[in-house]
Amino acid sequence: MSDYKVSTKHDPHTPDKHDPANVTNPEHAEHHIVGPATYLGIFAILMVGTILTVVASRLPLGIFTAPVALAIAVTKAVFVVLFFMHVKYSTRLVKLTVAAGFFTFSILVIMSMSDYISRAWGQW
Amino acid sequence: MSTANTIVNLPDQRTAKLPKVNYINKEHGLLSWLLTADHKRIAMLYLFSITGFFLLGGFFAGMVRFELLTPAGDLMAADTYNKMFTMHGIVMIFLFLVPSVPATLGNFLIPIMIGAKDLAFPRINLLSWYLYLGGGFFTLASLVLGGVDTGWTFTTPLSTHYLNTHVITTATAIFIAGFSSIFTGLNFIVTIHRMRAPGMTWFRLPLFVWSNYAASIMMVLGTPVLAIAIVLVALERTVGIGVFDPAKGGDPLLFQHLFWFYSHPAVYIMILPGFGVISEVISTFSRKRVFGYTAVAFSSVAIALFGFFVWAHHMFIMGVSNYSALVFSLLTMLVAVPSAIKIFNWAFTLQKGSITFETPMIYVFGFIGLFTIGGLTGVFLGSLGMDIHLTETYFIVAHFHFVMVGGMLMAFLAGIHFWWPKMTGRMYPEGMSKFAAVTTFIGFILTFFPQFIVGYLGMPRRYHAYPAEYQVLNVLSTAGATVLGVGYMLPLLYLGWSLKYGAIAGNNPWQATGLEWQIQSPPLTENFIEIPIVEQEAYDYEWLAHKTEKEVTTVG
Amino acid sequence: MADHALTHDEVVAPHGVHEHPFYQKHHFETAEQQREAAGFGMWLFLLTEIMFFGGLFMAYLLYRNWYYDAFVSGSNTLSLSLGLINTIVLIGSSLTMAMAVWAAEVRKQGALVMYLVATIVLGCVFLGIKTVEYKEKFELHHVPGASFDISEFVHPTDKAEKPLPVDMANKTQIYFSLYFAMTGVHAFHMIIGLGMLIYFVIKARQGLYTTGYVQPIENFGLYWHFVDIVWIFLFPLLYLINRH
Repeated sequence: MSDYKVSTKHDPHTPDKHDPANVTNPEHAEHHIVGPATYLGIFAILMVGTILTVVASRLPLGIFTAPVALAIAVTKAVFVVLFFMHVKYSTRLVKLTVAAGFFTFSILVIMSMSDYISRAWGQW
Repeated sequence: MSTANTIVNLPDQRTAKLPKVNYINKEHGLLSWLLTADHKRIAMLYLFSITGFFLLGGFFAGMVRFELLTPAGDLMAADTYNKMFTMHGIVMIFLFLVPSVPATLGNFLIPIMIGAKDLAFPRINLLSWYLYLGGGFFTLASLVLGGVDTGWTFTTPLSTHYLNTHVITTATAIFIAGFSSIFTGLNFIVTIHRMRAPGMTWFRLPLFVWSNYAASIMMVLGTPVLAIAIVLVALERTVGIGVFDPAKGGDPLLFQHLFWFYSHPAVYIMILPGFGVISEVISTFSRKRVFGYTAVAFSSVAIALFGFFVWAHHMFIMGVSNYSALVFSLLTMLVAVPSAIKIFNWAFTLQKGSITFETPMIYVFGFIGLFTIGGLTGVFLGSLGMDIHLTETYFIVAHFHFVMVGGMLMAFLAGIHFWWPKMTGRMYPEGMSKFAAVTTFIGFILTFFPQFIVGYLGMPRRYHAYPAEYQVLNVLSTAGATVLGVGYMLPLLYLGWSLKYGAIAGNNPWQATGLEWQIQSPPLTENFIEIPIVEQEAYDYEWLAHKTEKEVTTVG
Repeated sequence: MADHALTHDEVVAPHGVHEHPFYQKHHFETAEQQREAAGFGMWLFLLTEIMFFGGLFMAYLLYRNWYYDAFVSGSNTLSLSLGLINTIVLIGSSLTMAMAVWAAEVRKQGALVMYLVATIVLGCVFLGIKTVEYKEKFELHHVPGASFDISEFVHPTDKAEKPLPVDMANKTQIYFSLYFAMTGVHAFHMIIGLGMLIYFVIKARQGLYTTGYVQPIENFGLYWHFVDIVWIFLFPLLYLINRH
């Protein structure tokens, strides 16, 4: 087999015999335990959001009904993702993965809707 | 060492033997294969099953071409003909092309290429194979029950309201096979991110790994949309929910948006792993690193990204808005660029290389020529004015067969031949294989080039009868299909033969770079005796030459 | 209890050649690598779920815009209070699930089992209420198919509701199709989740997840939170289109 370089540095660019799985690579995040206090706080925020969205649906917001409802839902979802799902404390890779999912979903919706919106006949 | 016309370097056949312990003989018995967690065994299980489905798909192709020998629809009824091309498409796309390179070569090689002992989730890998078989089972069930005739595209409202055939059975098959694909892609992504050996940075990875990584991203993000489209079709057929039914206010085009949102990336899912094979083979048989490694790596990811933005180019004539069609047409022009970048890079890899023409390289040359033609005709089709004339004609059929068969299938065969010695420890007979490769190439051109012409002249696709003036070209095409069939049968025969009688290959018959060539053939179950620490770049022939001087190691 | 970051050494087994935790599979070099790989794998699976539900949301978005009045009328036949209770229940179950993950991480076996059971109970309450709602829809002939009845929308019994022309009233069937498809697929995911929770409770009582082997609970938590997020969107989109 080829020569081994033995190094005690935890440098991701220098392969380290004592870190065979690249555990200390840039994709690794320190493990962070989220505690009950945070969770209860987030739960409270989500309850506020829920009440808010019911109240908002009873207001005559006209054209803003849907955007407001979606904005509240998105905010709630962001809190669940960041805190319940620990993404705030996760690696950049996980954050990128979450973003990629929502990005692809938005492509599906935006580009399909752009067809429907720009049809010159009926329906819209 | 290497002679002027071959780089093959085999151990002395008088004393050479297969390694005493390898992944094939490590355990015995059918259950040890059916319940294996070893990615190499799973790859071989896949190879066996996709070959079976390839033969089935080929049978349907034969039926189609046989009918088209004569202008009249005289061999079979119109509905039966519809079933033939539908089953041909479904089997070839979902049960052959989509899993072809990833599930066989990808499964076998990716862990080894990155220096890992297995994929991240070996049991999910096995589950993928069983899901694949599930998809195959339901496809066969649909076939036995009478088949489905919607075309592989399941266009609504034909598939939801106007047909009595086994749409739901087939839809179930595709749903299950889709999850097989998703889990394979998921496994690859996690493996490539997290299981690389020390020193194996992203930019030292073989380009085969990059290609499969890009394809895996598309599998994970695209396939679920196909799944939901199929579920909605099933609900529409059973309950009549109205979501695609104009009479109830639904839009049939919504199905097509959802369907093609997956099915366009699907074609890149199919071709990208083939691109990866080409990179590996072309480098080896030019004895030269791939030109512009970074460009090739990034273009793979670019294809994965842009591939999601162009799906409505399959819908130009279906009733999408003009503005939408313009946008998608423009984006389609853009998506051709990364593919073209690869072709240029491969061409520059060849330049000033030491080129030899072993069988994998013959397939590669075939690929470069045929895929380029297929890809360019795709650009023609992306142009709105051309598409109105050419769509739903044989021009389209020729276009996608050039890229899928002339491109992807050739790349698959290149890869099978290239890594056959690694997977089995045996060499295939070079004379026979060269003959088969050339036969395939000739047969392919004879089959599909006339289809460009006949399509341009106006012959519609999916019709079993056509005007008499197209007959000559159709006969030419069917004749070519026969030659092509011979070209595909031959590898089945000689590869099977080689398992018992082929020359012993040794570790590195091609003198290739890459971690897979530094271990024994066939490999150990755990791949490496010791996890390697990587310090060399990809395609580093100087490192290889330096290393060969200190060469050792097979087990036993 | 304050949050704290565990150090690398607390998580990873000592670097002896053959010393690794019992739950570490042999193709992984360290337990930490396995844990991160498993977590990443679960996130990728959730991506597929985003796209799966995404297709349904796409259909919803289109038809809500095309047939807004029908969607409003359809939505108003859903029970706001039951939907609100269900939302609170499901978010509550997300809280209990997050607490379960915490309990596993700090190795409190009793608390872990308690929170897992609480999640199951809340999940069952949700499904129970959903069953009640579905049953009501059956009785009112609002289930798409041959027995769908539009008379409620053409001649609404509730005077505050706007009567719809027959044409638009027929489109309520699309609303209910999406209602059943979206909540049905959501409920299916919950049922699978509840099944897995039962398994986790059994194993948790055996002490499996309080040994440092947190990843199954952690990753299932991700799944459960995702199912909750889907509902966070379904509630306003299906129940609260226009309630004034």
